[in-house]
Amino acid sequence: MDAAAGNSSATDRVSDRSLHIRNLRKEYRAGEPVLRDVSLTLDGRGLTAIIGPSGTGKSTLVRCINRLVEPTAGEIHFRGQDLVRLSGRELRLARRRIGMIFQEYNLVERLSVIENVLCGRLGYVPVWRAWLRKFTPTDIERAFELLDAVGLGGFATQRADQLSGGQRQRVGIARALMQEPDLLLADEPTSSLDPKTSVEIMELIARRADASDIPAIVNIHNVELARRYADRIIGMSKGEIVFDGPPDKLEDSHLLAIYGGEGWLE
Amino acid sequence: MSDVPLPARTRRDAFPPNWPARIGLALLALYVVYASTILDVTWARFLTGLEQGSRFLARMFPPNMAADKLALLYSGMSESLQIAIIATAIGVLLSLPLGLAAARNLAPPPLAWASRALIVAFRTFHPVIVAILFVKAVGFGALAGMLALVVASLGFLSKLVAEAVEEMSMKPVEAVRATGASFLAVVIMAVLPQVMARFIGFSAYQLDSNLRNSALVGLVGGGGIGATLFTAFQRFDYDFVLTIVLAIIAVVMVGEVVSGFMRRLFQ
Repeated sequence: MDAAAGNSSATDRVSDRSLHIRNLRKEYRAGEPVLRDVSLTLDGRGLTAIIGPSGTGKSTLVRCINRLVEPTAGEIHFRGQDLVRLSGRELRLARRRIGMIFQEYNLVERLSVIENVLCGRLGYVPVWRAWLRKFTPTDIERAFELLDAVGLGGFATQRADQLSGGQRQRVGIARALMQEPDLLLADEPTSSLDPKTSVEIMELIARRADASDIPAIVNIHNVELARRYADRIIGMSKGEIVFDGPPDKLEDSHLLAIYGGEGWLE
Repeated sequence: MSDVPLPARTRRDAFPPNWPARIGLALLALYVVYASTILDVTWARFLTGLEQGSRFLARMFPPNMAADKLALLYSGMSESLQIAIIATAIGVLLSLPLGLAAARNLAPPPLAWASRALIVAFRTFHPVIVAILFVKAVGFGALAGMLALVVASLGFLSKLVAEAVEEMSMKPVEAVRATGASFLAVVIMAVLPQVMARFIGFSAYQLDSNLRNSALVGLVGGGGIGATLFTAFQRFDYDFVLTIVLAIIAVVMVGEVVSGFMRRLFQ
């Protein structure tokens, strides 16, 4: 299709990394929306934290962006394309520029650390290279650099299941960065980690996103971490955005609106 | 027992009688008695059988180790080994795609159901019956036996691959998919690493079982040591039969050790 070809060549030229979500709706069961027509515009930089109680659609929202979850309705515009309309090869090409970090790391446990990092190149390399582990020297060099950057330089050939939670999440971050993403998504990246490691992981995500000058969207339960690292906080409740602003504007009254109840605030 | 019996209504029974099971067991016992009278399975018949068996065993000793017999044994046995190994190799290669196609968490439902139906068809009949079909279809010899064992291997391995894939964690699959990887790349980097160790274990077991079954398919015309055994029976060469039986036992035992070793190696 002419339009598609024009689109993808246009995409490569677009340096604008802003994200426009319009009336995004997701119903896992008909008539029971988890996301209720969410609209949101993110600038092409900075870390945006999405806070809100469990089951409020944060994870669904983030997964709709890279289409791990199929939206029911709405539009998501990124780099000149409506991500919701993509399929097949176009979708894969869009996905490879969107890195994702998961709550439970989602590493392939039986592969080595560096193989997991190199998984970030799978959208770029032909399948036979992955099959024979013949990644290009440039990719391998970059994988080592990223491992150094996340503090796991000496772990490259260890199997991923030998690592601790914090180390695994560092591998997850390296894998996402290996994609050379234009957007970083993180779904509860610290929820499975202890408080100290949580801070280190958030610090790492914020620093790397800033260094690469890419926007990051982080779902997070921990309001303090969100305040500390986010440039912008979005509060969600029952599938809708109920707060949107900089961290210093987030008051207890907003938290009350987001989480409900009040005993936990005292 | 308490002096005052509780009213029946409030007494609760921890182990209520399972009447359907009791009736079922009683019926089964009755049928066993009935069937054995029909088949004339009597003590006297059993004693005659024992007597004949002892004469048969006596004629088997000592095992025949004549050079011409050993040459027959060797050629039959090596054909059986070839049948078993080739059938396992083909079965292993084909069962991976078939098993993946049958896994409901990866394949689209129509493909998964079609593949499942095919696997069920492969598993329906014992290898001996499949071998008889192939002997009729492609003629006597090793080809028929090999095809029968390929079918048996495919049925077993594909089913276990499908089950292993359905039990694996979808989290790494989701993550690799999110990198923009193609379906094949997802299979190679996220699915296979999770199921490979078990698959190699299944394959080793299948090699073991094909070694045993290769003797069986030979009995019905599928070539190999089974054919040699069948001929020996027909010629009443019972001493050679014993040689063959001992050789089969030895090969099966070696096969078991080798497959156990393979499984440990890839655990």
